[in-house]
Amino acid sequence: MDNLLNTLLEEDRPNFPSGAGDFGKDIYTALQERILIIDGAMGTMIQRYKLTEADYRGERFKDWHTDVKGNNDLLCITQPQIIKAIHKEYLKAGADIIETNTFSSTSIAQADYDMQSLAYELNVAAAKCAREAIEEYNLSTNNDQLSTPKFVAGAIGPTNKTLSLSPDVNNPGYRAVSFDEVSNAYYEQVKGLVDGGVDILLIETIFDTLNAKAAIYAIKKYFRNTKQQQLPIMISGTITDASGRTLSGQTLEAFYVSVMHAKPLSVGLNCALGAKEMRSHIEELSSIAACYTSAYPNAGLPNAMGEYDEQPHETAHFIEDWAKEGFVNIVGGCCGTTPDHIRHIAESVKDIVPRKLPVVAEALL
Amino acid sequence: MNTIKPYLRLSGLEPLTIRPETNFINIGERTNVTGSKKFARLIRENKYEEALSVARQQVENGAQVLDVNMDDALLDGVQAMTTFINLLQSEPDIAKIPVMIDSSKFSVIEAGLKCVQGKCIVNSISMKEGVEKFIEQAYICQSFGAAVVVMAFDEQGQADTLERRVNICTQAYDILVNEVGFAPQDIIFDPNIFAIATGIEEHNNYAVDFIEATRIIKQKMPLAKVSGGVSNVSFSFRGNETVREAMHSVFLYHAIKAGMDMGIVNAGQLVVYDEIEPALRILCEDVILNRNNTNNEATEKLIQFAETVKAKGKEIKKDDAWRNTSVQERLKHALVNGITDYIEADSEEARLQYPKPLDVIEGPLMDGMNVVGDLFGSGKMFLPQVVKSARVMKKSVAWLTPFIEEEKKNNPVAQQGGAAKVLLATVKGDVHDIGKNIVGVVLACNGYDILDLGVMVPSDKILDTAIKEDVDIIGLSGLITPSLDEMVHVAREMKRRNMQQPLLIGGATTSRMHTAVRIAPEYDNGIVHVLDASRSVTVAGSLLNKEQKSNFLNNISTEYKKLREDFGNKRSAKPYISFAAAEANGVKIDWEAYIPPTPTFLGTKSFEDYDLNEIRQYIDWAPFFIAWEMGGRFPDLLHDEVIGKEATKLYNDANVLLNKIIAEKWLTPKAVLGFYKAKKIAPDTVIVDDNGEETALQFLRQQVKKTATEPNISLADFIAPAETGLQDYIGAFAVSIHGIEPHIERFQQQYDDYNKIMVQVLADRLAEAFTELLHKKVRTEYWAYISSENLTNEELIKEKYVGIRPAPGYPACPDHTEKYKLFYLLNASEKAGITLTESLAMYPASSVCGWYFSHPQSRYFGIGRIKEDQYEDYKRRKGWDDDEAKRWLRPVLE
Repeated sequence: MDNLLNTLLEEDRPNFPSGAGDFGKDIYTALQERILIIDGAMGTMIQRYKLTEADYRGERFKDWHTDVKGNNDLLCITQPQIIKAIHKEYLKAGADIIETNTFSSTSIAQADYDMQSLAYELNVAAAKCAREAIEEYNLSTNNDQLSTPKFVAGAIGPTNKTLSLSPDVNNPGYRAVSFDEVSNAYYEQVKGLVDGGVDILLIETIFDTLNAKAAIYAIKKYFRNTKQQQLPIMISGTITDASGRTLSGQTLEAFYVSVMHAKPLSVGLNCALGAKEMRSHIEELSSIAACYTSAYPNAGLPNAMGEYDEQPHETAHFIEDWAKEGFVNIVGGCCGTTPDHIRHIAESVKDIVPRKLPVVAEALL
Repeated sequence: MNTIKPYLRLSGLEPLTIRPETNFINIGERTNVTGSKKFARLIRENKYEEALSVARQQVENGAQVLDVNMDDALLDGVQAMTTFINLLQSEPDIAKIPVMIDSSKFSVIEAGLKCVQGKCIVNSISMKEGVEKFIEQAYICQSFGAAVVVMAFDEQGQADTLERRVNICTQAYDILVNEVGFAPQDIIFDPNIFAIATGIEEHNNYAVDFIEATRIIKQKMPLAKVSGGVSNVSFSFRGNETVREAMHSVFLYHAIKAGMDMGIVNAGQLVVYDEIEPALRILCEDVILNRNNTNNEATEKLIQFAETVKAKGKEIKKDDAWRNTSVQERLKHALVNGITDYIEADSEEARLQYPKPLDVIEGPLMDGMNVVGDLFGSGKMFLPQVVKSARVMKKSVAWLTPFIEEEKKNNPVAQQGGAAKVLLATVKGDVHDIGKNIVGVVLACNGYDILDLGVMVPSDKILDTAIKEDVDIIGLSGLITPSLDEMVHVAREMKRRNMQQPLLIGGATTSRMHTAVRIAPEYDNGIVHVLDASRSVTVAGSLLNKEQKSNFLNNISTEYKKLREDFGNKRSAKPYISFAAAEANGVKIDWEAYIPPTPTFLGTKSFEDYDLNEIRQYIDWAPFFIAWEMGGRFPDLLHDEVIGKEATKLYNDANVLLNKIIAEKWLTPKAVLGFYKAKKIAPDTVIVDDNGEETALQFLRQQVKKTATEPNISLADFIAPAETGLQDYIGAFAVSIHGIEPHIERFQQQYDDYNKIMVQVLADRLAEAFTELLHKKVRTEYWAYISSENLTNEELIKEKYVGIRPAPGYPACPDHTEKYKLFYLLNASEKAGITLTESLAMYPASSVCGWYFSHPQSRYFGIGRIKEDQYEDYKRRKGWDDDEAKRWLRPVLE
């Protein structure tokens, strides 16, 4: 049996409802008042800088033994000013929540660059970039953090390995990675994000629910081990195609049921689909979720060149429609979206009443 | 406003929400090693893929949650649970429902939780080891999001009174909800279903206590659920399914009314309460509700009743509506569905309706067979079904034949059968005829008159008969490589005799290329290679259609010419090295670091009448289905969208027949194996020392040019060279399945090709399975060079074992004549009852022989082609003249 049990053996076993406490009140209050805006794509913005291998390496990794170009998360260490600048652009565009640049900052995903040992440091650095970006933004715009709070969501990606699917079609029972390996990697990431000062933990782009369950497991374990108050969890799954299922085969409702135990601040959808294709799914989720809902679609579906060309006002138009229908509490953008998209989205939903939380009944009838 | 109710929500790939109005939830119980012998056996034997079919059946029978239990002393529970659940996840039609992870070991439960993406149920946790442990386990379940079954169990033991049941459940609820923070709807109580009607007075009220406990629990804790293992209640009636099912139904009827939400049941085996025989139902009610049961009165009555109830097998209801249609329709239905039950009566009825008995054949029977042919041609029927159709056809024809003969006598001119005649034969020296039999059936189904000359038929007999009977087509079949030469010989003879019939070539060893290159040039009036039985129909059709024939043969001839050219080009393109260079590039083995294992005995050991039940476990089913022209991975093909249904039928039929074969001892497996001292004295020569008597085995060596690191392999490489001074060994074996002839004969007399082919195919499979089994015993027991081996049957089939068992005549040692030495060493003719034909085919046909090599580097390979220098060398070593050498080495010569 693993460490969790040892922790559980300890006598002091506080019961933390997620999202409670000083900070939690802030985001809960904000969510009751209005639809919150989460930022747009990080990768799309980094591409605009046309960085070279040398830029990625910076001084510290100039002699690193593998190519690191494309390891966007590494930029939090080697080019923090760029990451901060992007965060600030999104804040200026109207984002209330900015995501740390840590989509691949687990030892599992970083193994592609042989940088697994940097996982913790990457998360701390990324959280600091986002925190500092907010401070600098507040200073430069005289924003009052109390009246219009800005939040840092620590982004926890799916890793590049799946726990429910075999990579070998001839051996369906095979798994490239184990639950313990994945949850240990997430544990390290969560530790880095929390130490770096994030406000929320965001498990996103969930292809495989079991990976997400490993992340939830790791988060619960981390906060129990460290006896800290648990941060709110946002959960965002990915419906991969018109089948309306996750890559690991679950229907949307089955997915929600499988992650409910996280008692999340919000549950939602991101990536894979554009706003147009996401509508029916977010509608369904909105009707079954006991918590807040979020949605940050891609800028449409990619064109033949693999580029996203949906214009900011188009994306905003779709999202405005969902907002009016009362489907959502948090909206923003994923792949292909830019500060322009976020500005249009923020603008179009700013006066719309957010989705009301459903009543959670205590009796069956 | 939207309201979210506190329902128990579970999920697999799809959600399962349990609402107050939801009916009783069936939890499938058969994927439980403690409850299902079959499942336990499959798991113990590592047949996980087959075990999946048990899970699938549960889902198909209506299980809404799947209970998985791997608690068996002989199993590594963590590993078994992990493997099985991971596999389950890859089957969407099973993984759609939630899993109940069932174990008394919490480590096994955790292992299961780590494999399931959906929200599952843990079965179970309890306070039996104290409150503290209970809380720990609840926390862990909660962090995986699982619902839990809580057993009414504490440190004093299992709750066996109403009061203890309620008290323990209430205490557990309080701890879970208030201390652990468990959602109350995620708590499922199991207030213990125990066996009743055991004869012990104290047990009589167990069912009542459970039902009452359920009622109270649901009142006190309305969000919690109640579950239980239903089959426990009837444990004292095991063996009597009728009574057990009735008890389960009655028990559930009352327990569900009291609030029981779900139960572990054999989904699909519950009788409807209202359909229980009233007398039995009343007795069950009395026993379950403990009524009229003073001094076990009700129990005694039920026991008495049980003795009168024969455990009736559930009859499959037949849909007999088709019996009400016209006789033509009935004949068609019988043919298409392969039903022989009424065929004689229907044939007679038809005969009386038609002017002549032959009209019945040419009318409704042929119409029906045309439908069969069309369905087969369009892939809507499969070979096993067609063979069953043929059985119906043959039975009908057999009924009509005496009337036709009678008619002929009266009116000799009028009755001339118009069907085209096809002669089929397995060539001289070969005994294999399953494929040929199948072709015969399929052609017969398509209206051809089949003249089957059987096996080992000499060329003269084939051709004399063909002329005498004026056949339209001749078809030759063969399985072993020397048969190819015999086919060439028949073709030459046909040319010499100036025959006109087209010649069809078929059988496992034949190929389009071989036919094009070697047979086609020998005969000018049409030679066609036929890949499988289903092609034989179109080929025969084209050849017998005057308009199509010349076109068809021209196309074939052009195609074969092209193949010959390709073959010529390819031949010159492939680089070869000199034999000397090939010998120098043998497998590199570090003999200094190697100690050859010593067999546990030298000389031979024979096996008479080995247990077929054990052999059966080693059957590789894939070739079985290939024989029936159903390709695909086993057992996946049983669930294939297209062939799954028929494949399953075939598989079931095979197993039924196999049961009979074993129970009634139709077949007798015999085998002999032996171990001998061996040393390599030349690059390709191994001396075998059988108690002082030396025999030299000759091997061939790959001669094609290899990449730098690849050796040119000869089997001799795997035996220690004499100069190393090591004492090495070689093994040999011969395996055979005896006793098939009377059964084939009988089925033939019954016009039952289906079972005739089935028994042949099964005998082949048993011979191969016996071979596999013996090889395993050799590795672990007789030669014992592997201390422990834990390979699944699947892994055995994939040849994942250490050491090899190549057969003379097959790719690694293509010279069939080495079989003489093998037979001599083993005295195989006497000890395994196998005879060799002049082509070195083994009789009985279901026989296997080969050598055993134990060296860990030994592996299977093909010799490929050899060049003139090796040919000359081998010829010298064998003491052959050119004719003989060419005859036996033809498959490896260019």
